Amino acid sequence: MASLLQHPGYEKERLQRVAEQLPCREVQAGMLLSLMGQPHQYSYPSIFVYGHRASGKSHVINVLLKELQLPHATVSCVECVSVASLFERVLLSFFGCDAAALLPRSPSLSDFVRVYRQQRSQSSAKETRYVILEKAELLRDADANLLPALLRLQELVEDNVTVLLLSEIAWDTFRPNTGCFEPLLLHFPDYSKGELQQILALDRHPSYSAEFYSSYINILLGVFYSVCRDLRELRHLAALNFSKFCEPLAEGKVKESDTHKLWRNIEPHLKKAMQTVYLREVSSLQWEKMQQAETEAGALRGLSAHTHVELPYYSKFLLIAAYLASYNPARTDKRFFLKHHGKIRKANFLKKNEKTSNHLLGPKPFPLDRLLAIFYSVVDSRVAPSASIFSQISSLVTLQLLTQVSHDDQLDAPKYKCAVSMDFICAISRTVNFDIVKYLYDFL
Amino acid sequence: MSKRKVKDSHLPVGECITQLQTILRERLCHQQLPTQLEGVEAQHKHLLELLKRTAVQGESNSVLIVGPRGSGKTMLLKCVLRDLLEEQEAQKNVLQVHLNGLLQTDDRIALKEITRQLHLENVVGDKVFGSFAENLAFLLEALKKGDRSNSRPVLFVLDEFDLFAHHKNQTLLYNLFDVSQSAQAPIAVVGLSCRLDVLELLEKRVKSRFSHRQIHLLSNLSFTQYLERIRTQLSLPDDFPDARFAQEWNNSVESLCEDKLVEEVLQRHFNSSKDFRSMHRLLMLCLSHVSVVNPAIKPADLVEASRMCLSDAKANTLHGLSILELCLIIAMKHLNDVYEGEPFNLQMVHNEFKKFLQRKSNSMYNFDRPVIMKAFEHLQQLELIRAVDGSAAKTQREYQLMRLMLDHSQIVEALQKYPQCPTDVKQWAMSAFG
Repeated sequence: MASLLQHPGYEKERLQRVAEQLPCREVQAGMLLSLMGQPHQYSYPSIFVYGHRASGKSHVINVLLKELQLPHATVSCVECVSVASLFERVLLSFFGCDAAALLPRSPSLSDFVRVYRQQRSQSSAKETRYVILEKAELLRDADANLLPALLRLQELVEDNVTVLLLSEIAWDTFRPNTGCFEPLLLHFPDYSKGELQQILALDRHPSYSAEFYSSYINILLGVFYSVCRDLRELRHLAALNFSKFCEPLAEGKVKESDTHKLWRNIEPHLKKAMQTVYLREVSSLQWEKMQQAETEAGALRGLSAHTHVELPYYSKFLLIAAYLASYNPARTDKRFFLKHHGKIRKANFLKKNEKTSNHLLGPKPFPLDRLLAIFYSVVDSRVAPSASIFSQISSLVTLQLLTQVSHDDQLDAPKYKCAVSMDFICAISRTVNFDIVKYLYDFL
Repeated sequence: MSKRKVKDSHLPVGECITQLQTILRERLCHQQLPTQLEGVEAQHKHLLELLKRTAVQGESNSVLIVGPRGSGKTMLLKCVLRDLLEEQEAQKNVLQVHLNGLLQTDDRIALKEITRQLHLENVVGDKVFGSFAENLAFLLEALKKGDRSNSRPVLFVLDEFDLFAHHKNQTLLYNLFDVSQSAQAPIAVVGLSCRLDVLELLEKRVKSRFSHRQIHLLSNLSFTQYLERIRTQLSLPDDFPDARFAQEWNNSVESLCEDKLVEEVLQRHFNSSKDFRSMHRLLMLCLSHVSVVNPAIKPADLVEASRMCLSDAKANTLHGLSILELCLIIAMKHLNDVYEGEPFNLQMVHNEFKKFLQRKSNSMYNFDRPVIMKAFEHLQQLELIRAVDGSAAKTQREYQLMRLMLDHSQIVEALQKYPQCPTDVKQWAMSAFG
């Protein structure tokens, strides 16, 4: 394990400590260390590290730099709303707050390089300095000269400094139009299933044995591995569900080695977690409370359950009419909604193929008149066109069940689109005893 | 005398390796100037004469050095400046101002930088100038020495010259070239640019004041010259403290360059790009493996370094996707094949995926809609799919049109390398085409 991390410029104990903190990432750490070289030597001006999220990029680099006590400045580009904060952070980490105070009000890159050069002539680098930029994909949206200048920072300030860019996204989209100084590309591969198991097993609870926890992790990965490989998410899920897993053990019903019974207990629970906690429909606090409240299977309301508001009677029919108007082509209205529609030529009518099914393409906009026409034919009692009907349409727009497509200025012929899903509208129509599928063109 | 020399020239291996790394890293990472530039002697001579005329005889000149990225423009200029300053008179008189298009994004900032580099901040003080031209004239006037009637020659170096051409009215360029044409003060303007069409960017009045002198650095290296260059880059100089180690190292470099496998790898790199920078990147990766345990560069190291340089980033990303996300990508590929590259949305992709599930009739991948939506959004965050421009923000998320940013061959290659890919997924991917 430690043999991969050997380097003449650094002490053995420190490297040992680094290796202990980086399970399954020795190869990448070794690669980085060999690129960094000894502290007084130059390293390549810019290195681009990419890999999936939670694949250990920031972790490895931070551990390496902290344990080996190398001068570094870590900046997350999400926090840098303006470039000034980036420049200040770098100068602060390398030269102290006096240097950072030398920057003018809204500093340009020219000011930054000038101040850096001044400071460098006073205290030049005996060891390589590292600037680490996390979430580097946001640099593409900053000024056009920032990214090329950062890639060449070593040349511009004439100092022993290396810039490390960490990102999830491949380098090809970063390249500016006229080219730039290409960095060294370093890939952090994703963890394999075995490695994930190894790392997750490190979180084990001290009062249970290691094999017990490993079997738990096995079951967890069996449910979640095909959906998600993000280490952070898996650790979160493992921590949340472990108490439920240990429940039968605590109650004395099963022994540690009864894996089948334990699996039967936890598996439906994990499936439920996938629909709720994994999707952030419920917060982890709610999840834990629900676990303690034992068997209340149906009472867990996720965030999207809150969209199923109780609507008044006519609003429901307005919504149904809007759905029909969005998903049926206008020429088919006659067939569905008139009592005596006469003969419709079949050939013309039934010309649809799967691609143009409206349910795949999305809802179409419709004018207000069409909505009202369908509404009057769909609702079973006689309704007078009063202001209350129109105000219900506006409240549907506010609830974001309808979207207004036309411009705000157009008052006489507004256009709308229906923004609800098939399941939602089926649930609504069931409550008013309306068979909506019969009226949908795509399901003829 | 000779006995003492033999005793001094033997260092322990660790020390030798450290020295070796320091020297080679200076060369590869820090762009240390070589004593002799190869292949550009004519350009070197031309530029040196030009600058000498300005420095010594007070003649104004302007020249552009043009060449693709990494072809050695800055290196050439630095070598010329080093050779120029070896002459006593030039060293005494000439002043240098280095401007960079990336840093000085505005003419105002550029003027401040010029003032600063000429050390004339105190002279300028709080003066307010009417125009750029006045300011520049004042600066050049201030450089006149006591008894001489001419001011000192100033050498203006403009890096990333094409970015200066994007400034408003191209004021800086106009004024610099104007001064170089009129007899005000002896200046030399040297611009470096990676764009071959940089002259087209200049306005007519600026272009007419430019001397139209261009030095091109378009390398026409042959493969043997490329190999030779690699060998010189890796060789240790003669003044290395341990002569025996240096000799061994240089021999190993020679045998490396003659190896068949290495030649193939280098041929591949040569075919894609001949410039210095990609060569340095490759050599840097090889150098990082050199240590006490591994005191020479072996052919396997070079092959490994080449593989790292040429690996496909998107294929690496595909390797780390979950199975659900991979299935979504395959569904998108099928949609692209059937509908010839027209954009798709999540509904269509889900529909295609459901067709696969119906055929297979196993419920392993029967996930809920929101879980599939989350996987789809993850793919969007990785920029493997991108929204089509013009999709209004008013469309619901599942109906927003997207395009797949991957190629057919990348997906097929990724599937081969995917760890523990289920066979039915592979079969689904291979069906219906090819």
